[in-house]
Amino acid sequence: MSAVIKEKDRVFVAFQTNDDTRSIVEAIEADNAEAIVSRYPAMVKIEVPGRLVIRRETIEDLIGRAYDLRELHINLISISGNIEESDDELVLHWNQH
Amino acid sequence: MNMPITPQKPAKKLSLKDNYNLLTRGLGWETSYQDMDKVFAQDKFEGIKIHDWDKWEDPFRLTMDAYWKYQGEKEKKLYAIVDAFQQNNGQFNVTDARYINTLKLFLTGVSPLEYQAHRGFAMVGRNFRGTSARIAAQMQAIDELRHAQTQAHTISHYNKFFSGLHDPTHMFDRVWYLSVPKSYFEDAMSAGPFEFITAISFSFEYVLTNLLFMPFMSGAAYNGDMATVTFGFSAQSDESRHMTLGLEVVKFILEQDPDNVPIVQKWLDKWFWRGYRLLTLVSMMMDYMLPKKVMSWAEAWEMYFEQNGGALFNDLARYGIRMPKYHEVASKEKHRLSHEAWATFYNFSHAAAFHTWVPEESEMKWLAEKYPTTFDSLYRPRFEHWREQQQKGERFSNGTLPMLCQVCQVPMFFTEPDDPTKICFRETTYRDEKFHFCSDGCKDIFGNEPEKYVQAWLPVHQIYQGNCFRPGTDPTAPGFEPLAEVLQYYGFHVGEDGGEYLGSLDARNWTQWTGKPAVAE
Repeated sequence: MSAVIKEKDRVFVAFQTNDDTRSIVEAIEADNAEAIVSRYPAMVKIEVPGRLVIRRETIEDLIGRAYDLRELHINLISISGNIEESDDELVLHWNQH
Repeated sequence: MNMPITPQKPAKKLSLKDNYNLLTRGLGWETSYQDMDKVFAQDKFEGIKIHDWDKWEDPFRLTMDAYWKYQGEKEKKLYAIVDAFQQNNGQFNVTDARYINTLKLFLTGVSPLEYQAHRGFAMVGRNFRGTSARIAAQMQAIDELRHAQTQAHTISHYNKFFSGLHDPTHMFDRVWYLSVPKSYFEDAMSAGPFEFITAISFSFEYVLTNLLFMPFMSGAAYNGDMATVTFGFSAQSDESRHMTLGLEVVKFILEQDPDNVPIVQKWLDKWFWRGYRLLTLVSMMMDYMLPKKVMSWAEAWEMYFEQNGGALFNDLARYGIRMPKYHEVASKEKHRLSHEAWATFYNFSHAAAFHTWVPEESEMKWLAEKYPTTFDSLYRPRFEHWREQQQKGERFSNGTLPMLCQVCQVPMFFTEPDDPTKICFRETTYRDEKFHFCSDGCKDIFGNEPEKYVQAWLPVHQIYQGNCFRPGTDPTAPGFEPLAEVLQYYGFHVGEDGGEYLGSLDARNWTQWTGKPAVAE
């Protein structure tokens, strides 16, 4: 029997397009193999099936300075999913996954 | 002076979690000489049972120090851009002056809601007995005030050059189509605190605002409006926190007591439909009012409601929550909503504070591509007919007043869910009076709280009752023109603010000041 695998519901995060978020988007792509990046005028949206993680260390490696994840707020446009935030990572997920 | 000889190592920074806990736990107290139920008189009557307010968590764990720091940064960024925009005459870099009409609708219909939200969250912040809930509501109340202010500041620059932007708060309290957003928010504010926060934080902000702020603001950028995209996204950076709050609120209420589930479901049904009807205005902004288009209403609905909203409700299914009632009607309407709305405003443009127009041939082509099953067959012939009439010097406008839905207050132009050629009428009798609705969704909402909705201030009824004239007006005077007087009462600059775009003051000024055609090629 071949089971039909339904794609997991996606979570997403969207940022303003600017130099601050370029590295954030790169970090998300590095940490989430299934990330789908869509670019709109002034806005970039990243979707991942099931679970998306933003890791402080990955961003720090890219920007070469200490980073507080709460800085994300400055350029954040929208998010979906349940949020778990610690000092080291911000996770968006749907609970059934 | 005694200085310590060995400098101490600075204390280790608190973790995000500890920091947040110190802010929100143990800050409140049990009152002693007044009963807690008297101090917090409003957080029980709705039937919501809360056993442990400490279970309320702000997932971002934002503390006040971080809040002020990041909000300050957002403001500096925004105002630097607004300055640059003004100094470089950015208002002339938009696609064409038709675009400005989206700002007129935004400033008169959306910005006042930001102020209402400020008041609403200040009220719920007072009425919840849980500390962390009150802190979240307080931050949001401040955010919303910031949004109202930044929008007024940004758009005020356009007011120096374009019509219809001069009196948003006066218009908000009077104008017929603005009673749609106004009554929506007043409905929420006159409910209890739990219904308010479910309505606004969850149903509106979490489920529906992406439809306004993501594609529309991206559209503002695409149309060259650097100022609007900046205040839009600056507001949206707070909004993502508000959305998170909305989801947490609903989960918190649902987890506190199983008896809360049916109450919340009923609110979700009501506020989904109320919010969806409000977004009718956004659908025509996206499909008709942005000269350069980013995404159609139907595409946005699929992306932000059917997919994201679907994922959200799948997640909430574990609490026994289902998709809001009539979501399938909204999906059936997605291929016609904007066309029906724009045609109605085209009819009544002379009584609105923004311009309307027949879409250009290239735009009709885009609409036909985006709406292959409806546009060419149902809507294009009407626009072509109107264009012909206009070319003959007989621009169509509708001299009567439309019937409004008793609940959403939108003119009753929506069509039957399964027949886009037949207007949808519903009615009911309450205490020997007849009431009219645009849909089963609105009729159900009325049926659940008729005492509330019989009191609705319906602009058309009010005009016919003679309540929309300036003081001292004599309607029996010879030559009295009721419509002209109503527009004066609205605070319009009659002959400038509304009507057909082609040939309008805005269109003429645009060409004169920029040397560009009134409609971009």
